[in-house]
Amino acid sequence: MCGIVGLFLKDGALAPKLGGLLAGMLATLSDRGPDSAGFAVYGEAQPNHCKLTLRATGDGDFARLRRKLADAVAAHQVHDTHMLITVPRDREAAVVATIAETPEVDIVGTGERMAIFKEVGRPDEVAARFGLERMAGTHAIGHTRMATESAVTIDGAHPFTTGPDQCLVHNGSLSNHNAVRRELMHHGLSFRTENDSEVAAGFLTWQMRQGASLEQAMDASLGALDGFYTFVVGTASGFAVLRDPIACKPAVMAETDRWVAFGTEYRALADLPGIDAAKVWEPEPARVYSWERR
Amino acid sequence: MPTIDLARTPVRKLNNALHELRADTNETHWRVLNPRGLHAVAVGIDAPVRVDIEGHVGYYCAGMNKRAHVVVRGNAGPGVAENMMSGHVHVQGDASQAAGASGCGGLLTIDGNASARCGISMKGIDIVVKGAVGHLSAFMAQGGNLVVLGDAGDALGDSIYEAHLYVRGCVKSLGADCVEKPLQDRHKAVLRKLLAGAGVNGGIDLGGFRRYGSARKLYHFHIDNVGSY
Repeated sequence: MCGIVGLFLKDGALAPKLGGLLAGMLATLSDRGPDSAGFAVYGEAQPNHCKLTLRATGDGDFARLRRKLADAVAAHQVHDTHMLITVPRDREAAVVATIAETPEVDIVGTGERMAIFKEVGRPDEVAARFGLERMAGTHAIGHTRMATESAVTIDGAHPFTTGPDQCLVHNGSLSNHNAVRRELMHHGLSFRTENDSEVAAGFLTWQMRQGASLEQAMDASLGALDGFYTFVVGTASGFAVLRDPIACKPAVMAETDRWVAFGTEYRALADLPGIDAAKVWEPEPARVYSWERR
Repeated sequence: MPTIDLARTPVRKLNNALHELRADTNETHWRVLNPRGLHAVAVGIDAPVRVDIEGHVGYYCAGMNKRAHVVVRGNAGPGVAENMMSGHVHVQGDASQAAGASGCGGLLTIDGNASARCGISMKGIDIVVKGAVGHLSAFMAQGGNLVVLGDAGDALGDSIYEAHLYVRGCVKSLGADCVEKPLQDRHKAVLRKLLAGAGVNGGIDLGGFRRYGSARKLYHFHIDNVGSY
């Protein structure tokens, strides 16, 4: 089961509505994945700054951490158990080191534009807790999880991020993830979980680190990853979709001159503005669909 | 004409109303608004009525249909007209995977493309697809006809039993035990009838179709074929 969604805006006028639109898409797919949810939103970059998404575990106290980080934090927003901080690029290393000494707070996402949130609970409730409705940006991806092979935990929820501004949501299961994980670890990647989807994210990160474009990295995953998958992937400027060669998992896409959207089911797209006039199609197996902001 | 707006009425209520129809009902033409990708719209009808669905539907639309004529003015999700027994289901857009799965009878017409596994395990249904079909179409097909005016994806008719497959475009590859067979006049007569039923009258060169069916080598286990299982 599980549900995945993605929305890539072509029309900047829709940017303030991005979170609201994605929240609706996620809520619709709550019945495909009622036990946890997550999403990544790509907002505006601030020159010479980076964004860190932090997650508090247990007794995590964001106020105390902020006092510790003092003026290294240019801006911050608390979203329930998560906090997004904007940090000057030249102070990033020091901030990361300070947070590493704070065991009850984890860095769960980094980049110039990406903020990433995930929690256990019904997707519509998770989206409400984080205030997704009010988030603006250029593109976003999300996931509703029905765990079948591992525990219902935040770490098992999607999206998975393995590099700056890179994240992936996955519907399916990979069969060769242990072998690929070992290989990627030899190349210096590290993994937070035993999850198969994190390996797919790591594979793309590794490919792009070698200079591949998002589209090329997705294409390479066709040969390297074995199993069932529909991936939706975000980067700072890109958005891409890939289904496995036998198209095991359902997928629908729609496009207008204002946006491109992905949904596990059409229901998730039914409330998008202008959907009645959109081009709606089922992505072909083993074909990479990608869009890039220029 | 009864009109049901699924933005206000649950699918279950629509289906219950359709299930209560008797063969001599006067309510012979129904209209369904705002399906918005909902699942199981108009399943299990057993009455000679027409149902027009105005928009895209989700999984299993018109499944188990008997006698009804169901028209989808949009795309259909997975398993449209699955296990249909009789009647006509007409999708005016594209259909997702497993269209007409396990169908025993009736006609399924798809004006656009059908994706993977169209007609999987079909048991007597006739399916006419005006566009292309995806991979593994007619997988383990046991009876009926699949007519494709466009192309067919990989492994057409894999492990097929007795259905007839007619394709006008390119076939990417044939599945295990599926072979091309001669297209004779009696097959053209069948094709003409099926196309007419699907609203394709004239303008099509029947000689442009190629016919595929079972080589019947996998019916019974034979040690020489072990690699094909």
